[in-house]
Amino acid sequence: MLFFSFFKTLVNHEVTVELKNDISVRGTLKSVDQYLNIKLDDISVVEEMKYPHLSSVKNVFIRGSVVRYVHLPANAVDTPLLEDATRREASQAASKAKQSSS
Amino acid sequence: MASPEGPGAVTSSVNEPLDLVRLSLNEVVFVKLRGDRELKGRLHAYDSHCNLVLGEVEETIYMVDEEEEGGNGEVRTMKKQSEMLFVRGDSVVLISPQA
Repeated sequence: MLFFSFFKTLVNHEVTVELKNDISVRGTLKSVDQYLNIKLDDISVVEEMKYPHLSSVKNVFIRGSVVRYVHLPANAVDTPLLEDATRREASQAASKAKQSSS
Repeated sequence: MASPEGPGAVTSSVNEPLDLVRLSLNEVVFVKLRGDRELKGRLHAYDSHCNLVLGEVEETIYMVDEEEEGGNGEVRTMKKQSEMLFVRGDSVVLISPQA
């Protein structure tokens, strides 16, 4: 849930999604869902010469499972807030684990 | 299951593997990935799938020059920098504090 919420804060920012087949797609993040599937608008493929097959495509839906990295704009990320949210999520996960094992 | 520290256990203790990762928040970590890739960067977020957000990242990719293709079997490395990077957890092999 943490990263779903995190990506929702990045909607309408420029990101570069690097896929597991080494293709990198740059575009505007339009939406994201719980599986971290991603919709990008106004895309361009990094290294167009090497991967010409997407040159006519304007927007894409990317299945979350094929994503390796998402390069983000650093100025759009509030890192202290993110760390606090991570600690909160970790303690929630820990208390859930305790409940189910007791 | 009774917790060894009792009900008032300090939440900063290391009880399960990911607690080690929690202690590395806002510290530089070393991450090994599938596909002969390694990352060094400051850890800003993680979850139970090992999805990560790292800042000031250096990625190292290890490649072998295939001898059949005129290479000499040497391992080459390629380095890439990124200011802020989300890493999908299914590529993560290990996370280590310190770099």
